[in-house]
Amino acid sequence: MNEDSIWSWETAWDVLPQLLRGLVVTIEATVVGMVIASILGLFIALAMRTPTRWVRGPLRLVVDFIRMTPLLVQLVFAWLLLVDIPPLVIGFSVLGVHYATYMSEVYRAGIEAVPKGQWEAAIALNLPRARTWRAVVLPQAIRNTLPGLGNYAVSMFKETPFLFAITVVEMYQAAQQYGALNFSYIEPLTLVGLLFLLVSYPTSLLVRKMETRLA
Amino acid sequence: MSDDLQALIDSLPDLGGAVLVTLQMTLGGAVLAMLVALVLGFGSRTRSLWVRGPSRVVIEFFRGTSLVVQIFWLFYVLPVFGFKMEALAVAIVALGLNYGAYAAEVVRGSVESVPTGQWEAATALNLGPFHKIRRVIFPQAWALMIPQLANLLIQLLKGSALAFYITLHDLYWWIDELQRDTRDTFFSYGCGLVLYFVIAYVLTWGMNWLEERAKRRLGRGTRPRLRDVFGLKPGVPTEVVRVKGGVA
Repeated sequence: MNEDSIWSWETAWDVLPQLLRGLVVTIEATVVGMVIASILGLFIALAMRTPTRWVRGPLRLVVDFIRMTPLLVQLVFAWLLLVDIPPLVIGFSVLGVHYATYMSEVYRAGIEAVPKGQWEAAIALNLPRARTWRAVVLPQAIRNTLPGLGNYAVSMFKETPFLFAITVVEMYQAAQQYGALNFSYIEPLTLVGLLFLLVSYPTSLLVRKMETRLA
Repeated sequence: MSDDLQALIDSLPDLGGAVLVTLQMTLGGAVLAMLVALVLGFGSRTRSLWVRGPSRVVIEFFRGTSLVVQIFWLFYVLPVFGFKMEALAVAIVALGLNYGAYAAEVVRGSVESVPTGQWEAATALNLGPFHKIRRVIFPQAWALMIPQLANLLIQLLKGSALAFYITLHDLYWWIDELQRDTRDTFFSYGCGLVLYFVIAYVLTWGMNWLEERAKRRLGRGTRPRLRDVFGLKPGVPTEVVRVKGGVA
């Protein structure tokens, strides 16, 4: 190792393959987490529309509770409680559930943005309730939610490093392990930051483009 | 269960300090974030490319790299270059810069949402650039940005749990200690999460109050109903802030 300079390209090259393997886990977590979040979020948003307050009240409390407490603590909590389940699965699910509470707001806004006339037209056509939702309201609502979904995907991508706390070897943990083994944190940590930027910036540009096209 | 309660009572003296550290990080981070947001937010609106360019680069940089990476980078890597900061300072700086970049977008968006007529009227009244913003534009933008800033504040509080990993004795540290003492994960983490929730709730009330005040000063507000003050507003999800006319 070169003693004079702080940054060593050799170390950087050495650590890169491990980081890229971590990046794959990071992206996997984002995709799986986002799938869970978008499905569960929709169900939460629909359940929030039930007329009885006995469903809405408790659900609201649970959703607010999950949304307003740290993801990190939730992850470790679930990990310590559910010892038999592999950490990666816990990571996916907790990320998914946490973001489902965010997504439910996006869906709510999307559903509310569907014009009232659409509902009235569905009633006038005598469509059954299920069909109204499936064929009239949801397709329009989901189109409204796409930018929100994209933004949260980018945001979740940047929160996956929290999984290091439950021993999942994603990108940050890979850097951490390498650093601990070779006593050099500079290159791994800096590279991790740059890799995050490299993936999240173009993605957020894409999302922004989608926003302007759908708006 | 009685053992749990005993351990909880024993750990109460530490709780005050732990909550204080979490609050220091949250409020310190929020103040720094607001300063960063104002500088970058207005900076990214100026006509001069020499100001706008760097502002945008800084915003995108801190939004694009993860908070986790930033906090550990400041803690582990920066000292190598000769800047050694205390752990608390590292946490505040990392939280402030990260959420400041997000808030800068909120500031920019809100300022842009103030109708052009207001700018023109202020110019017609021959107000100087500083006065124009201080007296006319900012108060209106402020009322618009508070709900989104409230969301960011909660995010910041949640992000502060990371500080445990850079040796700070914050609320998460306290939870961890309680878990060690009781060996009862459900009890200790349950208590801890409730405490985080309570702090978040109080912060939300504070922001609701600020919003009501900002609206009243513009002559738009009504006396808030009790439900508005104590309820949690659904709020615009922070990441969807930039969507104009789309969602919501």
